[in-house]
Amino acid sequence: MSEQQTTGAANTVLGTGGLIFNEPLLWEKGKKGRMGMSVPQSDVPAATLDATLEGTEVDFPDLSEVDVVRHYTRLSQWNFGVDSGMYPLGSCTMKYNPKTNERQAATPAIALAHPMLEEGLSQGTLRLLYELQEFLATITGLDAVSLQPAAGAHGELTGMLIFHAYHEHKGHQRHKILIPDTAHGTNPASAALCGYKAVAVKSGPDGMLDPELVASLMDEDTAGIMLTNPNTLGLFEERVREIAEIVHAKGGLVYGDGANMNAVMGVMDAKKCGVDVLHLNLHKTFSTPHGGGGPGAGPVCVTKELEPFLPVPRAVRKGDSYQLEENLPLSVGRVHAFHGNFGVLVKAYSYILTMGAEGLKRASQLAVLNANYIKEQLKDVLHLPYDRPCMHECVFSDQNQQAEKISTLDMAKRLIDYGYHPPTIYFPLVVHGAMMIEPTESECKEDIDQFIATLRTIVQEAKEQPDLLHEAPQRTKVRRLDEVQAARCPCLVGLPSAEDK
Amino acid sequence: MKEIDELLLPEDLGYTDDHEWAQKTGETFRVGVSDYAQDQLGDIVFVELPEVGDSFAKGDECGTLESVKAVSELYTPLSGEVVAVNEALTDNPELINEDPYGAWILEIKPSAPAEFDTLHKAAAYLEMLKG
Amino acid sequence: MRYLPHTPEDISDMLTVIGADSLDGLFASVPEACRMTSSWDLPQPQSEWQLNDHMRGLAADMAIGEDGKVLIGAGSYRHYIPETIRTLASRSEFLTAYTPYQPEMAQGTLQGIFEYQTLTARLLGVDVVNASMYDGASALAEALLMGLRIAKKKKKVAISKAIHPHYRGVVAAYLRPTSYEIIELELTADGRTDLSSLSKESDIAAVALQSPNFFGVIEELEQAATTIHDAGSLFVACFSEPLAYGLLKNPGDCGADIVCGEGQSFGIAPSFGGPGLGMFGCKTAYTRNLPGRLVGETKDLDGKRGYVLTLATREQHIRREKATSNICSNQGVCAMTAAMYMASLGGTGLRQLSRLNFDKSEYLKAQLLAAGASLVFAAPTFNEFVVRFPGDFSAKREKLLKQGIVAGLDLGDLYPELAGAYLFCVTETIDKATMDTIATEVAA
Repeated sequence: MSEQQTTGAANTVLGTGGLIFNEPLLWEKGKKGRMGMSVPQSDVPAATLDATLEGTEVDFPDLSEVDVVRHYTRLSQWNFGVDSGMYPLGSCTMKYNPKTNERQAATPAIALAHPMLEEGLSQGTLRLLYELQEFLATITGLDAVSLQPAAGAHGELTGMLIFHAYHEHKGHQRHKILIPDTAHGTNPASAALCGYKAVAVKSGPDGMLDPELVASLMDEDTAGIMLTNPNTLGLFEERVREIAEIVHAKGGLVYGDGANMNAVMGVMDAKKCGVDVLHLNLHKTFSTPHGGGGPGAGPVCVTKELEPFLPVPRAVRKGDSYQLEENLPLSVGRVHAFHGNFGVLVKAYSYILTMGAEGLKRASQLAVLNANYIKEQLKDVLHLPYDRPCMHECVFSDQNQQAEKISTLDMAKRLIDYGYHPPTIYFPLVVHGAMMIEPTESECKEDIDQFIATLRTIVQEAKEQPDLLHEAPQRTKVRRLDEVQAARCPCLVGLPSAEDK
Repeated sequence: MKEIDELLLPEDLGYTDDHEWAQKTGETFRVGVSDYAQDQLGDIVFVELPEVGDSFAKGDECGTLESVKAVSELYTPLSGEVVAVNEALTDNPELINEDPYGAWILEIKPSAPAEFDTLHKAAAYLEMLKG
Repeated sequence: MRYLPHTPEDISDMLTVIGADSLDGLFASVPEACRMTSSWDLPQPQSEWQLNDHMRGLAADMAIGEDGKVLIGAGSYRHYIPETIRTLASRSEFLTAYTPYQPEMAQGTLQGIFEYQTLTARLLGVDVVNASMYDGASALAEALLMGLRIAKKKKKVAISKAIHPHYRGVVAAYLRPTSYEIIELELTADGRTDLSSLSKESDIAAVALQSPNFFGVIEELEQAATTIHDAGSLFVACFSEPLAYGLLKNPGDCGADIVCGEGQSFGIAPSFGGPGLGMFGCKTAYTRNLPGRLVGETKDLDGKRGYVLTLATREQHIRREKATSNICSNQGVCAMTAAMYMASLGGTGLRQLSRLNFDKSEYLKAQLLAAGASLVFAAPTFNEFVVRFPGDFSAKREKLLKQGIVAGLDLGDLYPELAGAYLFCVTETIDKATMDTIATEVAA
């Protein structure tokens, strides 16, 4: 076969090229006695250490500065980020990460700020914490905010700790919590950490939660409900207020998973929806980079009634000065060693200051515009299980491709050959073979059109040259990896250097 | 994945709604998972076994099977005490994929042997799978 | 707005395709009663240059800048960070990537994290290390929950009072909704943890010590391991200054079952306490009880070496409420940064730097004692130590502050019985002249 036949159209459009360097593992390089950073000369006498405490030298490879720089530069070239191309990963909001945010977080007096200094020495960072709390309260419609949680799931845990402390304070602890079947896995896992037994709420045939069903499950042993709105099908839960009223009537609380906030900034008022606690993912909605897995930040926003339960310390303003309030008897306590992922908070703060109110609202409008546009342009070739206006993401399935024995995974892998990061696949679980596309507002119309055309080409290839999909990706550093082998015989650390040589 | 009529379903076994099987071996019963279960789960990468001496009531969770991206609980088809577990599965969980009826998971000394008669016969189990 | 690419024409064309009359029309499914109606009181949007000015303003409100001398550690350490690490860790291929769920597009992150796991395992003396936790404090809480999972029926954990008070606070918050009980272990006079009460308790799942502990004191980990194991408990060793293990025996070799702590020291700026790096490892036997992500080595279709996320059935996205933890996002790029730092130092450099930190802190200790201060705890220390001064030190500390020197942390808020005692920290960033200035002031 010619190259055109083996790779299809992939090499004529974006695709990936050929400049991929091989690079061994760190400990397969280097030579004893090299060093990649300068250690200052000692200006003090050597001290004596009790010999029984002294260990042997750690078995790290010795590398020069050039070794280290080339190593990581090459590794980085095997990676794909938002700066490389479109990253339509549903539920993850892979929007552009502004460069100025990085600069602001690296401001020396801020990057070097020590968290244990007295308040009077840290007015700049405390003011930033206080102002960001205020901004996020404004944006969500809720009253008070803690910036401590280090990630979305950490925010959920904090929220569940608040639920638990609230019910305890009311004098009657509860043991169950309602969680829709469309929820992220973090929801039940977070609730379980607080001893709440997850009760699944089935979503209706239209992808929506049914208030009657919630009413039938909600009782006085149920702490409340955790819901994601817009939900993980990318649909707005239209009867959220009714659901919240049912839960409140039985003394329960409503937790809002704000993972999908990027759809509804300036549109949804969480308090009016009846939400009592909401977490935000600053690494989604507020443009801070995902870092290949983190760090994120997952602030929790609460109503006035729940404010006393927020984690301590809290940044407060007293006249012209900013202080840390520690002594709050109802607080759930501390969920982070210091003030959360402060560096991430600086980036989100910078984003909000850059965007302003109108910019943030516009971002949500355009995110929703992009998702609906993709939905409309692909629904004739990809099966759309819930055909209704979506929010910032749309969910297709591989039902139309089953005759050709092509799965969502195959289409996802084929997208890689065309230079796209695949969408989220096989989530939410309620859609068999789900493919969840979230373009975000960062992508312009031409790039979205190109993406749509590419997916249509792939659907065509599925019919005519299915092996192109089964064999994809072909142009990456590695091809499909044996995950079964990885799990059966886990190799989680490299061999000691001595055994290598 | 296999079509329903490609599945192997030996006649002498009893089957559960959750796709376990039980087979009488003298005074005890061996327990495993059906061809359908292993096929649905795909490549099995890990088996969590109960401990010898553990006692379970029929339907209790007594172990788990894991594939790369799924976890499936194992429920005992009969009440009783575990008298043996198939240690070979610890290092070679793929034996279940290769031979789901040879690769028994645990052996149970039943406290109510008559429970075996309440399990599905092969034909009835097949009907259930066909829906 | 420079991050939003749509022209009015784009918007109108796209709305036509969708069949909506306006951008607002896209939100028809949001009921009126749920709508945000209040106008937002946010600052006017700022240009890049205005934002720079604004942040300069905040930075100016920080009393201690880049050239300040900070002799406080207490869980956050100012070490030199080589420019290579800043450059490499900020490469956007690493920084702007998601969790590596599509391994063919994320071999950089995956190999990088595999290397992090390996180097960290060697540093801590454990068999397995995960891809990171949020910070040292939550890592300790997760380690104790893991110990309770492994021990199954036991309902208690014991933690040393010499563990960072904030870490203990997080442990308390995590365990508060559960029925598990936390026992606090007192200190001996020399600043180590008193384990003598353990023999009386039989149902403790796990015992946690920090070494070097909050006071800088090096715990006797080998003896501790024996005592804890004899009591039938798992040994959780925690830390806030991993640089110590460049010189000291590591906790894994001393017999710890689970080792966890804060890795901020390794190339990560203090940044007012975060993001840091929760390092977390254990013995092989407990691998399937680990919280968090793991990267493993495997092969691709052509037999080529490659890396994937593995053993994911432990995690929340698969096992949901039965997962080993609810953690999803970790501190990925911080773990990469720490690996870059470990690689830059190498075994040789790590030893030198660790030794230098030890020597410097011993120098300050000696100078302060000579100037009239007294040691609160007599046991050997690394990097940090606690002293008392004759008379009131606070005025002298004020005076030093005016010279940009932060001379120690008053422990009164954290340990009322230690009011007036100060915790000092010396790293390679503190020169002899600064230490002499402090000693002179103390003697004055």
